[in-house]
Amino acid sequence: MSELTRLTLSDARDGLRAGEFSARELTEAHLDAMAASRALNAFVTETPERALAMAAASDARLAQGQAGLLEGLPVAVKDLFCTKDILTTACSRILDGFKPPYESTVTQKLWDSGAVMLGKTSLDEFAMGSSNSTSCHGPVENPWRRRGDNRPLVPGGSSGGSAAAVAARLALGATGTDTGGSIRQPASFCGVVGMKPTYGRCSRWGVVAFASSLDHPGPIARTVRDAALMLQAMSGHDPRDSTSAPIPVPDFAASLTGDIRGLRIGVPKEYRVDGMPPEIETLWQRGVEWIKAAGATPVEISLPMTKYALATYYIIAPAEASSNLARYDGVRFGLRVPGASIDEMYENTRAAGFGAEVKRRILIGTYVLSAGYYDAYYLRAQKIRALIARDFAAAFERCDAILTPTTPSPAFALGEKQDDPVTMYLNDVFTVPADLAGLPAISLPAGLSDDGLPLGLHVIGRAFDEETVFRVAGVLEGAAAFTAEPGR
Amino acid sequence: MSNLVKGRTGDWEVVIGLETHAQIVSDAKLFSGAATAFGAEQNTQVSTVDAAFPGMLPVINRHCVEQAVKTGLGLNAQINPVSIFDRKNYFYADLPAGYQISQYKSPVVGKGEVVLDMPDGERRHIGITRLHLEQDAGKSLHDQHPTMTYVDLNRAGVGLMEIVSEPDLRSAEEAGAYLRKLRSILRYLGTCDGNMEEGSLRCDCNVSVRRAGETKFGTRAEIKNVNSIRFVMQAIEYEARRQIEILEDGGSIVQETRLFDAHRGETRPMRSKENDFDYRYFPDPDLLPLELDPAWIEGLRRGLPELPDARKARFVAELGLTPYDADVLVAEKSHADYFETVAAGRDAKLAANWVTGDLFGALNRLGKEIEASPVSAPALGELLDLIRDNTISGRIAKDVFAAMLETGKSAGAIVEERGLRQVTDSGPIEAAVEAVLAANADKVAEYKSGKDKLYGFFVGQAMKATGGKANPALLNDILRKKLSA
Repeated sequence: MSELTRLTLSDARDGLRAGEFSARELTEAHLDAMAASRALNAFVTETPERALAMAAASDARLAQGQAGLLEGLPVAVKDLFCTKDILTTACSRILDGFKPPYESTVTQKLWDSGAVMLGKTSLDEFAMGSSNSTSCHGPVENPWRRRGDNRPLVPGGSSGGSAAAVAARLALGATGTDTGGSIRQPASFCGVVGMKPTYGRCSRWGVVAFASSLDHPGPIARTVRDAALMLQAMSGHDPRDSTSAPIPVPDFAASLTGDIRGLRIGVPKEYRVDGMPPEIETLWQRGVEWIKAAGATPVEISLPMTKYALATYYIIAPAEASSNLARYDGVRFGLRVPGASIDEMYENTRAAGFGAEVKRRILIGTYVLSAGYYDAYYLRAQKIRALIARDFAAAFERCDAILTPTTPSPAFALGEKQDDPVTMYLNDVFTVPADLAGLPAISLPAGLSDDGLPLGLHVIGRAFDEETVFRVAGVLEGAAAFTAEPGR
Repeated sequence: MSNLVKGRTGDWEVVIGLETHAQIVSDAKLFSGAATAFGAEQNTQVSTVDAAFPGMLPVINRHCVEQAVKTGLGLNAQINPVSIFDRKNYFYADLPAGYQISQYKSPVVGKGEVVLDMPDGERRHIGITRLHLEQDAGKSLHDQHPTMTYVDLNRAGVGLMEIVSEPDLRSAEEAGAYLRKLRSILRYLGTCDGNMEEGSLRCDCNVSVRRAGETKFGTRAEIKNVNSIRFVMQAIEYEARRQIEILEDGGSIVQETRLFDAHRGETRPMRSKENDFDYRYFPDPDLLPLELDPAWIEGLRRGLPELPDARKARFVAELGLTPYDADVLVAEKSHADYFETVAAGRDAKLAANWVTGDLFGALNRLGKEIEASPVSAPALGELLDLIRDNTISGRIAKDVFAAMLETGKSAGAIVEERGLRQVTDSGPIEAAVEAVLAANADKVAEYKSGKDKLYGFFVGQAMKATGGKANPALLNDILRKKLSA
């Protein structure tokens, strides 16, 4: 492993500016690492020529003193972001051969800030999953292994390729999207930092839609500061996304003061779920102690509607998905399987193009929006969603940020939780509420499980107060001093 | 006026409600920046948003909202400060996203009304239930390939206003009058060009019948997508008759969607309610609720142009036109504009007679719209000026007008070229009168013995002798004087 791939994004940034190495060298080191780690299956498309061309342009700009925020820093892109003229599949057969004639707003912002694209990373098909095992390109392996057990583990999902790539030092950072936990859960499983900003902070334009009201683009990186820098570049109002917030983007990295004295940190009592392993409880307790030691005050808060969050999510997200995925009909792009009539063509195309989990969610979504069921399911779910947001608003009267575990368990083995979809869905129990409420939330690695796997702590903040989330996360990161590295 | 329809077993009342889809006059589509030119080459007016490419998002076109609000104001309707866009989900090849963005529970415009002045003088108030914004679909082209259907997305995403009436219409005539009035209001507002042939105004008709005196509505059938006022009226006539026959034979009406076959002049089933799509409406999560600033709405209200009802009232009150003439003139904005140009500074009644009589007659014969009239409004005004200053008589003016239609020349030029200037000199007229009287001494005697009717004969003969150019008043004066001498 090259020394250059061991750098954090922030250190690499400093090194480039100091002229210690070139963007080309940094990029080549990562391309080499990618080639050596194909067994992880983290990337579905590698773009080495583009990476080297971008690196060369970055070197020229660095030489002229015109470096952008992320100048010359190689990053990976979740294959849910449309990238102009580069295969974009959402890891679904239905988008077979699709090369968008446009670039997503978020990736364009990254390139405008000088970042270098290494390639596209794997995800659960259409971002539907928590294990990155439903990709049409095959499962992604977590670079971590249980102590004394060489069975491959899942990287989490849906941004599993991005999290695995960052954890395995194949990219300095990567984009992800979080709809029910798809940035934070894989970050937690892979021992990296995942930040889901406030809904509206990052444009959804050009991101293949799963559930529009829940889809949050955000960064995955190895440190809180790296995540802050990446989010800085990815954020900002986009008039092409009506749900994008027309408010200025603060300097996120500047919020990492290391000082959280006087802050009140909420600890929700309802997050002690049945069957949660003691090691998760212990980690959470340790987090509370770190907070206290740093001069902040833990306060017990109540989020009573949390127990309905998963059920609510699994109505709203499939409902929106069933409609969002109707455009994959074989008529204009992607896969087409012919049929004798147009209805038969639709049936053949969608039957062949979508995997089982996507079909399951389209069916659930179609059902909950149907005449006679809409009021009982979708409408009630929307009401509960509003109540969940109200829970958070009430809690934030009493605290400045909320601390919870990211997931109820560490990474599991491939196939371990796949017989029952509901067990899989439980992975998102701590992450889903912040998606439903649109609040900023971060996962950072804070310890190891009994069998040596990374565990994440989770900080949730007020809407558009990513700064406090970063500040608290920075302090926890320092206290946790997480230095463990994956075996592969 | 009774609108009842006679059946074998008694009188029936027809109940009609119309849903009109009016294409918004706008350079760009409702949710994308793509252009909307009609008749452009296939699939050239399409953005990746219209084609529903992955990750593409809708952004509301402010101008289209403005057009809808103006239309709502023109229909004296409630403007809702908050409205919501919903997705109407169904699969069809010309619906790229698999859903249409529409407004379901919270439309931008609420209750309003359209006033109809029926030919018998009755005034009818037709309720408007709502107006909402929605996207148009593309077009499926079934005639381009033996087995395949082609799709043209030029129209996909174009803004529509769906205007829904209450079931207040009671006859095909009223439905026709309602559509003409609605189209007129839309054209006055400039919010829809109202061109039914190009499909920019389309109509779904909900028709039911009930026995005279019954207060409950009967089961209705919906006739989809009728594309001319004449067809709407035919479809309603046919459908009402069909339903009455079924009911009188002891049958019952099935709630269903029907199609109007213009060639056969009949409606036939398209799909029954049981087979109706479940559209799974839900609020579009890509769009925020549409919130309108009351001050902005007020600004639009103040800027509204004069609408047909107000214009008609003004024509009657200020210009002294009959309500009938005023009605005929205001129905089409272009007609009323033409008339006002002709009438400016002139005798309005005379102008109205010329426009509704000679001009409309001529356009009808030539099969031309007023925009393509061979005689422009200023040119017709000049002709009226020649009548007023006695350069020509009203009778000669008819000939001059005919020549203007034919040659496109001005009235003055034709009068000069053809020597049609009126004779206002008493000498030649006196001579002509004397000659006529001398040549008809027997008739003069009959006239003097009481046969007054012969007066007209003398006028005609004398006029003929002057080549029609004699000033009629002067000729009358001289003739009376000579006959009473």
